[in-house]
Amino acid sequence: MDFTRLHRLRNGLTGLAFLSFATATCAGPRVDFNREVRPLLSDTCFACHGPDAGKVKGGLRLDRREDALRPAKSGHIAIVPGKPDESELVRRLSTTDPDDAMPPAESHKTLTEVQKSMLRRWITEGAEYRGHWAYQIPERPVAPAGPAGIDFLVQRPLQGTGVSPAPEADRRTLLRRLHLDLTGLPPSPVEVAAFEQDASPDAYERRVDRLLASPRYGERMAIGWLDVVRFADTIGYHSDTPRNVWPYRDYVIRSFNRNTPFDRFTREQLAGDLLPAPSQEQLVASGFNRLLLTTEEGGAQAKDYEARYLTDRVRAVGSIWLGQTIGCAQCHDHKFDPITARDFYSMGAFFADVSEAIVGAREPGMLIPNEDQAPTLARHEVAVNALQREFEGPHAELTEAFQSWQREQIESLDGDAGWTTWAPAAATASEGTTLTVREDRSVLASGKKPERDTYQLRFTNQWSALAGLQIEGLPDDSLPSKGPGRAGNGNFVLTEVLAHIEPAAGESRPLRFTESRASIEQTLHVEKNPYGRWSAASAIDADVRGESAGWAILPETGRQHSLRLGLDGASKLSTGDTLVVELRQRHGDHHTLGRFRIAVATNASAVTAPIRRPPPAEIVAILRVPPGDREESQRDKLFRHYREQAPELAALREQLATARKARADFEATVARSLVTVRADPPRTVRILPRGNWMIETGTEVAPALPGYLAPVRGDADHRLSRLDLADWIVSPGNPLTTRVVVNRFWRQFFGMGLSKVIDDFGAQGEAPPNQELLDWLACEFRDGGWDVKHLVRLMVLSATYRQDSRASRELLARDPENRLLARQGRWRIEAELVRDTALTVSGLLIPQIGGPSAKPYQPAGYWENLNFPVRNYDASADAGQYRRGLYTWWQRSYVHPSFLAFDAPTREECAAERSRSNIPQQALVLLNDPSYVEAARTFAARILTEAPDSDDGRLSWAWRQMVARNPTPEELATTRDLLEKHRGEFRADPGAAARLLKIGASPAPPGLDPATLAAWTNVARALLNLHETITRS
Amino acid sequence: MTIPEEFRQSLRQQQTRRVFLGRASQGVGALALASLLRPDVLSAAAAAPDRWPGVVTPFHVPPRAKRVIWLTMAGGPSHLETFDPKPKLAEMHGQPMPDSFTRGKQIAQLQGQKLTCFGPQLKFQRFGSSGVEICELFQHLGSVADEICWVRSMTSEAINHDPAHMFMNTGSQIAGRPSMGSWLVYGLGTDAQALPGFVVLTSLGRGGQNQPIAARQWAPGFLPSRFQGVHLRGRGEPVLYLETPDGVTRSQQRDVVETVNRLNAQHDAVVDDPEIATRIAQYEMAFQMQASVPELMEVSSEPKSILDLYGCQPGDGSFASNCLLARRLAERGVRFIQLYHKDWDHHGGVKQGVEFKAQEVDRACMALITDLKQRDLLRDTLVVWAGEFGRTPMSQGGDGRDHHNAGFTIWMCGGGVRSGTVYGATDELGYAAVDNPLDVHDLHATMLQLLGIDHTRLSVKFQGLDARLTGIAGRVVPGLMAG
Repeated sequence: MDFTRLHRLRNGLTGLAFLSFATATCAGPRVDFNREVRPLLSDTCFACHGPDAGKVKGGLRLDRREDALRPAKSGHIAIVPGKPDESELVRRLSTTDPDDAMPPAESHKTLTEVQKSMLRRWITEGAEYRGHWAYQIPERPVAPAGPAGIDFLVQRPLQGTGVSPAPEADRRTLLRRLHLDLTGLPPSPVEVAAFEQDASPDAYERRVDRLLASPRYGERMAIGWLDVVRFADTIGYHSDTPRNVWPYRDYVIRSFNRNTPFDRFTREQLAGDLLPAPSQEQLVASGFNRLLLTTEEGGAQAKDYEARYLTDRVRAVGSIWLGQTIGCAQCHDHKFDPITARDFYSMGAFFADVSEAIVGAREPGMLIPNEDQAPTLARHEVAVNALQREFEGPHAELTEAFQSWQREQIESLDGDAGWTTWAPAAATASEGTTLTVREDRSVLASGKKPERDTYQLRFTNQWSALAGLQIEGLPDDSLPSKGPGRAGNGNFVLTEVLAHIEPAAGESRPLRFTESRASIEQTLHVEKNPYGRWSAASAIDADVRGESAGWAILPETGRQHSLRLGLDGASKLSTGDTLVVELRQRHGDHHTLGRFRIAVATNASAVTAPIRRPPPAEIVAILRVPPGDREESQRDKLFRHYREQAPELAALREQLATARKARADFEATVARSLVTVRADPPRTVRILPRGNWMIETGTEVAPALPGYLAPVRGDADHRLSRLDLADWIVSPGNPLTTRVVVNRFWRQFFGMGLSKVIDDFGAQGEAPPNQELLDWLACEFRDGGWDVKHLVRLMVLSATYRQDSRASRELLARDPENRLLARQGRWRIEAELVRDTALTVSGLLIPQIGGPSAKPYQPAGYWENLNFPVRNYDASADAGQYRRGLYTWWQRSYVHPSFLAFDAPTREECAAERSRSNIPQQALVLLNDPSYVEAARTFAARILTEAPDSDDGRLSWAWRQMVARNPTPEELATTRDLLEKHRGEFRADPGAAARLLKIGASPAPPGLDPATLAAWTNVARALLNLHETITRS
Repeated sequence: MTIPEEFRQSLRQQQTRRVFLGRASQGVGALALASLLRPDVLSAAAAAPDRWPGVVTPFHVPPRAKRVIWLTMAGGPSHLETFDPKPKLAEMHGQPMPDSFTRGKQIAQLQGQKLTCFGPQLKFQRFGSSGVEICELFQHLGSVADEICWVRSMTSEAINHDPAHMFMNTGSQIAGRPSMGSWLVYGLGTDAQALPGFVVLTSLGRGGQNQPIAARQWAPGFLPSRFQGVHLRGRGEPVLYLETPDGVTRSQQRDVVETVNRLNAQHDAVVDDPEIATRIAQYEMAFQMQASVPELMEVSSEPKSILDLYGCQPGDGSFASNCLLARRLAERGVRFIQLYHKDWDHHGGVKQGVEFKAQEVDRACMALITDLKQRDLLRDTLVVWAGEFGRTPMSQGGDGRDHHNAGFTIWMCGGGVRSGTVYGATDELGYAAVDNPLDVHDLHATMLQLLGIDHTRLSVKFQGLDARLTGIAGRVVPGLMAG
């Protein structure tokens, strides 16, 4: 076996395939347990002979050396160090007896001969186990400081392999790469030219530092973080309704921009609310705990979803910080890693204090005023509080008045002075409603429920004169929202009241109403009523305000209200006359009276007396208790009720109401965000056997760190908090987080992680082929104060980063995945960056940072399968249409289709990496999505106004804008052909040109020839669609 | 997420081959594109370069079905008013539901309420030589009853719509797992040209019980995006972004695509990037779809006899129209066709609700079966009719039924299914599956088996696990398969 081949094996390249050429007996370096043995045992044996104590077969565990060396149930010893021929494992691997052969056929796992001989050799060498690589604290390998450390560790394994690093990329490629990686936006041709001509030795470094200082850097870095924390604008399950959470996104952008140390970034998100005197921003950060999927579905069971939320959060911690698939231990101990079900639920218990509705709408969230708004909000707060304090003061001066108010109230408990209730002799409804006169003289509507109705009530007169008529609406349990109306919300609209006298003999004559007053006049929903209120007056206006306007009472449904009408002096009556009252309710939508009562007054003073607002039932009950027998709390309640209507306090009440309304109006303009509010006591967390939430007999657990990673904490009397969890995650004693985070950043700048399984650093993950490099970076990150910009700077300043991305055929065949890092990677840019590139080149981009999510055009009907409520997508007008991709509204169940086509995750689960697919939908988006057609047209206008005045000059200019280079003569000719052909066609069909130019909200600039602009638009479309345009190389 | 290694390898092999071919023929892209105007040349040259062959080669077991048409009755149909007669429940109507049936079971909206037996609201009738007893409203379906395997012992773990659909489609209640259609295209590839291998159609019934359906129901989960289901929409563009921009002719669109592909090929000569060949193939595919999808949707080209058989009008967006489209998709080699018909969520008014549904689906289902059969497609097309769960034998609000997952009915036919049989049974009140209970994993395992796949062998590494459609469960049920 030649050395290079072996060396490649040692570095775990594409693995054991290379070995098939090797002879197994050759002398060479010892077998590496972590790189070669453990992954193989894990994948092929651990499912039955691993950490899941409940599933161990034959009494044999192979994940721990002491167990593997003990006799199993069969009496045989699986591994006898140094003696492969006595090791049962070796025999089982090579036997042809199907009953004994391992792995068993039903596992569909097989070992190659090479793998078998490797295991044999490992046993011969003493079968040494070593702790799983990722669970050992990283130690700093010796390497030069700074970016050179990366290059040293990358190049050392290349020595003697015949592979050498690629040369540095050309300047325009390098700058475009750097811009896309650090800011997500392509460089301008001016920047490219300047860099190409800058001969100073620090030309590159200065550009790195400038881009790191750009606010665009935070936007760029946020994308990956928002994926991994599953940030989205909607709740996810079922109705997938919106929630307020975008300030969290802006917090992430700001944190990257100001280079918040990653340990603080971690603490703020997991436990911002538990920090001493947390700032508004730290509370916004704690919104992290609210980012999971939630439901509002009717019929969802709280216990079920409580369990779902717990597992979601544990999976998140596993993905984001630990690179552990802890989620697997929800139902059983982990199959491959030493994670127990107890570890799982103990981790979940950290989040049992997150206050939230388990099933139901999220709360609006905390007010998040910006710097301009904060002082104003504070002023409103002070004003309201001062008035509130004054209003709630003891008010000794009102003692007398309070006493007399109580006396009046008690006297009038059983009816208003001067008014007499009157039962109709007959009550009929024109539209078929059943009206029943009850013992208390009230009339109850039931049965058929027409949209509109008119009630006619006939009374046998017993008075000589009438001064007034009262219509009381009364609550009743049989009515929707307890009435008094029959509309769903308990409201009614009394559109007109008419009355006339039918004398025993002679002509009937109408009664005339002179005035009207009511205990309340509705001012809600006045959009349907041009008069601003549903007034008493409109009930006697002969419908001059329109037939559908009348008296209504929202929001005070469910209680008694009355309308009083004064009659002119002409209403002389005789005994035996019939009084007919007609109640018209022509508003529609079932706004009819459900229960009501008529009363009459014979004395004009009763008509003009103030209308008493009948107190609520609770106050009535207190009033009925003799004053001396009332409890303190009852007296208190009574006074508070009095306070709300004491005429002496009217001015103060008015002031307070005004101040509150001003505050509410202002608050409506302020952003809100879900944050973590601590619940005390926390929810009880139990181990759920087999993950089944219906079994409530599992052991109760308290928050605890994973037993296999952290020593048990001695402070048993102290319940560990989310802050303790965060502190441990970023402590030097945790071997995982630095590596996991560094690995993810590495992927952003090199295309693949140093360990390519980004979210699993357990036994089933990949031991990094170049672990020294990963560990060196992890130590650099940890020891340098979790400084993200420092880490990024190291990476992009390295010669490794600056290499050309092209690979020779030979290198491509030898190292297809670029694990050797002897070149840069090339890949299609993320969905957000595809959009950003088009907006930048076209000049449409609105550079505003942060703010509510934006809604770019979306195909009509895309949300048709959303419901509760039915959703319409209203595309943003103006600026919102041209925001960077990361601000796009993230609807979890229907992510914007142009994003979905380019592999944007739904963010239902934590997504540590995105796939990079190449599918026809991407072509359809770039060719036909109006956002890209509009960008192309706007770009075309730029070409025609900013570029030199010749076809070729313009074409070259356009190429430089799009891909930062001049076209080749061949490329120039290809685009020129398209231009000329389409210019001719659009000249022949100006209508078509006009239609094309109309696409998009922004107007086409005047003064340009439409046919020319349309032809250039198609050229621009072609350039926007280039593979090179959407590729970072 | 890890893109499966075998996928990467296979892609690499393809790309290497393609790059080679591209060089040899001076740009296979341009050649193929030119052939767009001559479909005979096209099919061989253009579609081949990016054809995903599937990872199941050869088949694990002899396949009996090539494709699936899954009729999802969204909302949860009442088995008690459709296909599971329960005279005992009628007798018990109005009486308390015996506690022995419901103790310790999941209940949705009826949590904590008094549980009362609610007798079947519709009459049942025997059909076919098998004499299966189903609701008399399903006369058309009854006429083909002997083609069908009625599974009266279906169960699910989920009891709310969203997780229940996820479970039925992906075998998991956690978002992010591939749907069955994605698994199948990943496993078997597709025979469709210029059409996606996994297609979804939706329709809404008259009752308006419009439960939301999330796009995750046809998402590829941790499989690459190319395996996602594509929603063919009844209104607007049938496929998102399918239509060429207003003012641009089809020939101009072809010019643009051709220019893009030519420029990409020219660039490839400089950078030698295998992704470029794929990109060129995808642009060809996209351009072809701009023609092939509208052609597919052109139902009015069907003879009147066929439209009458289904009982639909072209462009009416009905379930019947979607059934006809399903047949057209099946003819074109699409692997997995899933129809969602909504409005089965009858918490109230279950009688009228099912009457409406029967009118909407009865004839259409019969027509689909009949039409597939007369084209000799039923043999290798596996048709499944299933809700995400069933409904309670207990009353909700006096005239409706709540969600129910302990026992309900689905049916299957074609594609190697044992026809003219009833499989399994619920208890005498229709509450729990007691005879041969079938869970979702079993259903999936059996369906995969009929498609030539051993469900334990179609797996992808995800978060360290060999993730499968059937998780760690599932058993192939011989009783569902033709002998």
